Amino acid sequence: MSFPLPAGTPAPDFTLSSAPDQTVSLRDLRGQNVILAFYPADWSPVCGDQMALYNEIVPDFEGLNAQLLGISVDSVWCHAAFAHDRNLTFPLLADFEPKGAVARTYGAYRDTDGITERALFVIDREGIIRWSYLSPIDVNPGADGILSALEQLEKRSAK
Amino acid sequence: MKIETGAPGLTVPVSDRDHTQGPADAPLTLVEYGDYECPHCGRLHPIINQLRQQFGDQLRFVYRNFPLATMHRHAQHAAEAAESAGVQGKFWPMHDLLFEHQNAETDEDLVHYATQAGLDMDQFMSDMKQHVHAARVREDFLTGVRSGVNATPTLFLNARRLDGHHDLETLTAQLQSALAAGT
Repeated sequence: MSFPLPAGTPAPDFTLSSAPDQTVSLRDLRGQNVILAFYPADWSPVCGDQMALYNEIVPDFEGLNAQLLGISVDSVWCHAAFAHDRNLTFPLLADFEPKGAVARTYGAYRDTDGITERALFVIDREGIIRWSYLSPIDVNPGADGILSALEQLEKRSAK
Repeated sequence: MKIETGAPGLTVPVSDRDHTQGPADAPLTLVEYGDYECPHCGRLHPIINQLRQQFGDQLRFVYRNFPLATMHRHAQHAAEAAESAGVQGKFWPMHDLLFEHQNAETDEDLVHYATQAGLDMDQFMSDMKQHVHAARVREDFLTGVRSGVNATPTLFLNARRLDGHHDLETLTAQLQSALAAGT
């Protein structure tokens, strides 16, 4: 059983590859909200649905000033093939070497299986986790929780 | 600061805006969020028809659009075509044609089905060209997202999400028990 970092915790910083020649650092995204979607594996049926669903909602996430990042232990090449096949328009990060290191810092790694949990984190503009959710590994958590969390954040920052 | 997120349930109740089959006062309302190019939705289609036969006036069926358009490249236009048919009072014939021909849903095919459904073709072509119904399709999609739709098809029975297998036997049992419980 994993215990994902709860709301109120500063989000641990990381730099991960999003493509063979590109990296993403969390601290570079300060000033906007960030959605971290840890998922077990490229190509597995539930993840496919989950990432395909999020792909459709990217414009709405952007409307709520949020950048979506998918994260699994798959390599950049695997991510590239998966993203191409599914026409994904958001970055997939490779938590590949050392394997699952970032997932571990978020409490979202399954030691027994060697994969990341299906876990969601919404991080605010200051880099604080404001909502986290651990889904059963075979259940697609959908996006309603993410949207509600983002809406509440945006409402507060508008005040 | 605490952020609350709710449990999955239908957030937008069935209304005049919806495409429905069966009486408005039926004790059972089954809402499907579907995608015309999704094979699972295609398999569900004849099962829904069987359920409608079995349950008759006790069941109202509602269909809302949930195209996963970046994965199913014809799904968005197919949904717009069904909505365009809906404006002409032919939503269900178009809906049936689309699910019966899931492997042929190019724009050209859609025109063919529109003809078969007996639509005013000038109106249909103009709707499709200007994507008149894209906003409605997107609206459906977003109400689905807010209701916890996480894949297609997702079903709601009397506003509660139905998880589990969508085979005839399981669905029949779920509908019967809802009927018995009077919920």
